[in-house]
Amino acid sequence: MSAGWLIRRLLLVVYTVLVVSVLVFAITQVLPADAAVTLLGENATPEALAAVRDRLGLNDPVWLQYWRWLTHAVAGDFGLSMRTGQPVAPMMLVALSRSLLLALLSILLMLAIAVPLGLWAALRQGRAADLLTGLVSYIGVSVPEFVTATVLLMLLADWLQWLPATGYVPPSEDLWDSLAHLALPVITVSVIMVAHVSRMVRSETIDVLHSDYIRAARLKGLPERAVLLHHTLRNALLPVITIVALDVGYLLGGIIVVEEIFAIPGIGRQLIVAITARDLPAIQAGALIMAMTYAIVSTLADIAYALLDRRIRYD
Amino acid sequence: MTDLLRRLLRTPQGAIGSALLLLLLLLCIAGPALAPRDPEAIDFLGRFRPPGAENWLGADQLGRDVLSRLMTGARATIPLALLATLLGTLAGAVIGTLSAYLGGRWDEAIMRNIDAVMAIPGLLLALLLVSSLGKGSLNATLAIAVAFTPGMARVTRSVALNVRAQDYVKAALARGEGSLFIVLREMLPNVVGPVVVETTIRVAFAVMLFATMSFLGLGAQPPAPEWGLMVAEARRFVHQAPWIILAPALAIAVTAIAFNLLGDGLRDALNPRDER
Repeated sequence: MSAGWLIRRLLLVVYTVLVVSVLVFAITQVLPADAAVTLLGENATPEALAAVRDRLGLNDPVWLQYWRWLTHAVAGDFGLSMRTGQPVAPMMLVALSRSLLLALLSILLMLAIAVPLGLWAALRQGRAADLLTGLVSYIGVSVPEFVTATVLLMLLADWLQWLPATGYVPPSEDLWDSLAHLALPVITVSVIMVAHVSRMVRSETIDVLHSDYIRAARLKGLPERAVLLHHTLRNALLPVITIVALDVGYLLGGIIVVEEIFAIPGIGRQLIVAITARDLPAIQAGALIMAMTYAIVSTLADIAYALLDRRIRYD
Repeated sequence: MTDLLRRLLRTPQGAIGSALLLLLLLLCIAGPALAPRDPEAIDFLGRFRPPGAENWLGADQLGRDVLSRLMTGARATIPLALLATLLGTLAGAVIGTLSAYLGGRWDEAIMRNIDAVMAIPGLLLALLLVSSLGKGSLNATLAIAVAFTPGMARVTRSVALNVRAQDYVKAALARGEGSLFIVLREMLPNVVGPVVVETTIRVAFAVMLFATMSFLGLGAQPPAPEWGLMVAEARRFVHQAPWIILAPALAIAVTAIAFNLLGDGLRDALNPRDER
């Protein structure tokens, strides 16, 4: 991995964010709601509306509006929320921190389940255990989050009463209570990812087990444990980084639904609130921050992959 | 074609998937006619009636028959998910094939932009589009189609890059055929196989996405018997009547599983040598 590759990779992140900003601005700009009407209400006089339009710069050409919005956004100023009158950027960033906590816990839980499950299925290829995990992951990818969430709510919160149903408690306030409130959302988000990643771990492990170097290691007389731990695991888990990074894209989408159901004030829920209230600055800030997070995470995954895989040499 | 069908039905996934889909197709065509009751008929005495002789899958918060709503709702969900996927696939296939055909800098430029657009999670992109198009089933369909386009463009491009290196494309170039002719007549038909597999699996995803949007209140609108909407409306009554939620939830899952199975079966049928 050379400095040139790294710089190009980082420039790509900047470019991605630019493209996303154009797209988000274009989509939100055609919103049928008139921003001035949203601010002042239906009964405002035409003069007041014209004054607000003038103040917000709504009469300027679109490219000028975009440029103004972008330059402010780069400085961290996404404008004021039309719903609350507060600056949207700090609101969205606080929400993002909650979402990231949820996402991080989900990825940890997913890895803790998916990696052993995939290995186990690979070692028992074609037998009952393998077929069973295959079947379970099949069902896992076919159930949307809102269904998983609703069923889990019914089971663990309503009937068994093991976990609190909805709400959010900051970890700084009461760590255990916070984790208890996050448990259901984290399990929900993990389900589909476990299904993906365990299949990936399984098929990669099977590929590696059939490779020449594993045959060589066995012929060399290495104990099976050493073959599995030193030779198989490392090579089988590398591609998993890529699929986990791809799943972060899924994760950010899944979080929107899960936060809405479990009433967690993260960025997904803020976005839904903004979309239903047609709160333009909040929609723009939320969408851009989300896309930026994804671009950064996938770049980090690429870098991690390049660092870990000694076979890859980027010029 | 019949050979492919035979191979498809010989795989367990293909056979089960096809059977389930046949059943769903029947529901889409004849669901309302087969439904035992009127799906909109309100019966206040029968509110939250548990599953039994009168309502096989129980009754909902307005006393409407859950089974009848489920059967009528098939056509509110599945055809639109199919349409969204087809539109997205078509747009993605044209972009992907064009990009692979042009190659070089154009390919690079198109793909960089596709990658950038894919930084927006699919659900978020669909939600953004619906927020500006307005909520409703058709707008949700369109939004899902747009959200699917970049992903399909990528898949098609990687397949098309292989096709582009084939001799018949070189021959067409040597004959001096126009770009449009080569892309549409020589390349697209050969890209179809793998793309169909990807499309089938994506229908499963579209069914889930569409139900999710209805669940969030941005897709189908009440009193439509759309499955995602049924789950959303039943959430408040989960204590009294869990069956109102479980029935549509199960229907969504079964539909998604059916398309996933068919996709996997098709993949095996198209490459008989791949044992995994």
